[in-house]
Amino acid sequence: MAVERTIAVEPTLGGLERAESERVSEPQRALRKLLRRPPALFGLLCVAAVLTWAVIPGAFAPLDPLDQSLARHLKPPGWVDAEGRTYWLGTDQQGRDILSRVVWGSRISLSVGIATVLVSGLIGVTLGLVAGYFGGKLDAVISRIVDTALAIPFILLAMALIAILGPSLENIILAIALRTWIVYARVVRGEVLTLKEREFVTGAKAMGCTTLRVLAVYLLPNVLPSTLVVATLYLGRMIIIEASLSFLGVGVPPPTPTWGGMLSDGRAFLDTAWWIAFFPGVVLMLTVLGVNLLGDWLRDVLDPQMKRAAD
Amino acid sequence: MRAYIFRSLLQSLIVLNGVLLIVFLMLHLTGDPAGVLMPVDATEEDLARFRRDMGFDQPLHVQYVYFLFGHGERNRGVLRGDFGFSYRHEVPAMGLVVEHIPATVYLAVIALLVALAIAIPAGILSAVFRNTWIDHLASVVSMFGQSLPNFWMGLMLIIVFAVYLRWLPTSGYEGPEHVVLPALTAGLYATARIMRMMRSTLLEVMGLDFVRTARAKGLGESAVIGRHALKNAAIPVVTLVGLELGLLLSGTVVTEVVFAWPGVGFLTVDAIVNQDYPVVQAAVTLLAMMYIGVNLTVDVTYAWLDPRISYR
Repeated sequence: MAVERTIAVEPTLGGLERAESERVSEPQRALRKLLRRPPALFGLLCVAAVLTWAVIPGAFAPLDPLDQSLARHLKPPGWVDAEGRTYWLGTDQQGRDILSRVVWGSRISLSVGIATVLVSGLIGVTLGLVAGYFGGKLDAVISRIVDTALAIPFILLAMALIAILGPSLENIILAIALRTWIVYARVVRGEVLTLKEREFVTGAKAMGCTTLRVLAVYLLPNVLPSTLVVATLYLGRMIIIEASLSFLGVGVPPPTPTWGGMLSDGRAFLDTAWWIAFFPGVVLMLTVLGVNLLGDWLRDVLDPQMKRAAD
Repeated sequence: MRAYIFRSLLQSLIVLNGVLLIVFLMLHLTGDPAGVLMPVDATEEDLARFRRDMGFDQPLHVQYVYFLFGHGERNRGVLRGDFGFSYRHEVPAMGLVVEHIPATVYLAVIALLVALAIAIPAGILSAVFRNTWIDHLASVVSMFGQSLPNFWMGLMLIIVFAVYLRWLPTSGYEGPEHVVLPALTAGLYATARIMRMMRSTLLEVMGLDFVRTARAKGLGESAVIGRHALKNAAIPVVTLVGLELGLLLSGTVVTEVVFAWPGVGFLTVDAIVNQDYPVVQAAVTLLAMMYIGVNLTVDVTYAWLDPRISYR
């Protein structure tokens, strides 16, 4: 039993041994790399900031994001009201404070983004493992499902599903995940195709391991690093898709502040109040940029081959 | 070769059937397609008659056959192009969608051309001047391009070029000046992807033996790249360009909404908001068919271009 495990986690162990000989642990090394790479550090700062907003928005939002008053609608950034409160990023068409709404909007973006990554990862990794390991007819069926999901105009289908089922958080997450599991399935399938020929897998099979055990104990841990890389690189895209759906009017319904919904509000005032559409977009872009930069860094740390292949 | 084309064709048909099944099941998600299709204020009798007319009282697999091949006088089946009537426009849904296709194809093609015009030179430059400031600048721009929500970029382009500079119109379809901003917006992600692909394939090719041979026999750098490397780097890029066109045909939805561009996406978003589902079904099916068609063409062309391809 012990022997099996050692073999199963062989790649990681090799890395640890190397690291121990230099008396620096793997995480420490990764952290040092991160600090030496300004783009990754910038990405980390962006993500950490937005994450903090999402966890404790009350501490950063100066005002109530839902508090509306027509007396102060469409005020420019930096406007100060009679009570001396400053609206740093201005107000929207209903007089709500944009800064507070941007801060609170991070909740929906991040929670939908992370939840879709988890759901689509779960579906994709499972189908990828199954398709790669069993091959044959099962693989062909899953491949045709992938082709079908790729052919469907995704945003339109997601919109229609949400419109029919109702705009709840779960339905939005499911509608997005319906398409995005494909990436995970493809990556995992490809890896399993080569992994299943390796000795530690054929050995495990020869020793009488059940199929489920081979999949869960021997293959799954070995595909997790690349899954994690894909997940980070796609988190940004999920956040953009959620914002697109909110922009198109099928996201989490108002008055809940969402970045996409704010952009949609601002669209009607592009010529008179540019700040409504400008600031949520900037924050959205910086969030996605931050996630992408972190993803690039993670790819270099976890999968040096991928980096070499891409260079 | 013939077997390969035949198999690609067969796979396309299987995928098309999958698409039709999803489009069919879409209305059955709530368990009551009549409730989804009929207006909210329809009476119970209206609903009952509608269910009978449409065959919604039949088992699901029978309904799918009706959906494909038609049922009664009013429904000729989607295989004959009958998706029913648009409730809002009171014309056949299929015809309505077909009318809006040229605008979408026009936007997708121009967006792809704009993307190519930017991405190919930029990709070549950053590969040739690898690890110089040109390369770094290109990679920073492409990183931003991938992180930018394209509809937000569209809004910002409107603020700058239409509202403040007044160079270009905010929406509309008539003249060439109308397509500039939508094409830039729709082509954003394609630009970033083609550029990275151009750079990496060119770098890969430039490391190969025949390029070294070309250099060794004394060819100038521009001849080595122009005559030898670029030609061999072209195949993967051409494939990607084909795939990007397939993506763009259904990927212009948000752009069309931002610029009120009268394409299929704009029509369909409007139809979804107004619960005009026959139009949604027709649009999803037609866009999927176009995607499948483009991909089939890419597959066959690729096999024809590169004799080394294995016809698994």
